[in-house]
Amino acid sequence: MSDVAKTLDASGLACPMPVVRTRQAIDQIESGQILEVISTDRGSLQDIPAWAESTGNVLVAKEDGGDRFTFRIQKG
Amino acid sequence: MSESGVSTKPEDGMVIVCWSGEIDKVWPQMILGTTGAAYGMDVTLFCTFWGLFTLKRPEVGITGDNWMTKMLGAFNNERLSHLNFGGAGPKMMRSIADRHKVAPPEELLATAMELGVRLAPCQMTMDLMGLKREDLIDGIEEPLGAAAAVSRMQNAKINLFI
Repeated sequence: MSDVAKTLDASGLACPMPVVRTRQAIDQIESGQILEVISTDRGSLQDIPAWAESTGNVLVAKEDGGDRFTFRIQKG
Repeated sequence: MSESGVSTKPEDGMVIVCWSGEIDKVWPQMILGTTGAAYGMDVTLFCTFWGLFTLKRPEVGITGDNWMTKMLGAFNNERLSHLNFGGAGPKMMRSIADRHKVAPPEELLATAMELGVRLAPCQMTMDLMGLKREDLIDGIEEPLGAAAAVSRMQNAKINLFI
């Protein structure tokens, strides 16, 4: 498993902020590096994968912890 | 992609005609605008009619130069499109949103500006309401007319009227 270059804790944020903050965080890492995003917004389960797919980034892991969701996105 | 991560390709444009100033419509204007920017799109919010109130400095009243524009000022209170309850509705909506950790429109507007969303006031509406450039908040674009707005819409993949 690749190392995480940066972790964004978006806990407590509601739509659209987890995606907005993810965008801002991924702008701070290099192509090929991994961003880890933690969210408590259930909508993120659909939003973050959709965003990653449309922006040329790769969702490499998604974990549904019930009330806490973790994503790993490799920057494209 | 430019350095800021905002796409400059016309097919990646998004235009939202922000016509309403009702808080339950300003919310989706700001949510979709910031999300478009998160997708790297070149987003314009063209603020016209009641939507222009979003760009007005809070301390500026609509005074105008005649009794009709003065009257517009009297309606310049925050309202909801449904369940307004004489102004109690927006307060309830804000309180519910806060409980659900939904960012208020003001915070989303600030985020939109941070992300490079272009906020364009409608010149004709400014004239109608007697608003000058200095009555509007800083950090926005020069006022546009319908033709300039249509030019952007013609080049945008996503066009919305809210």
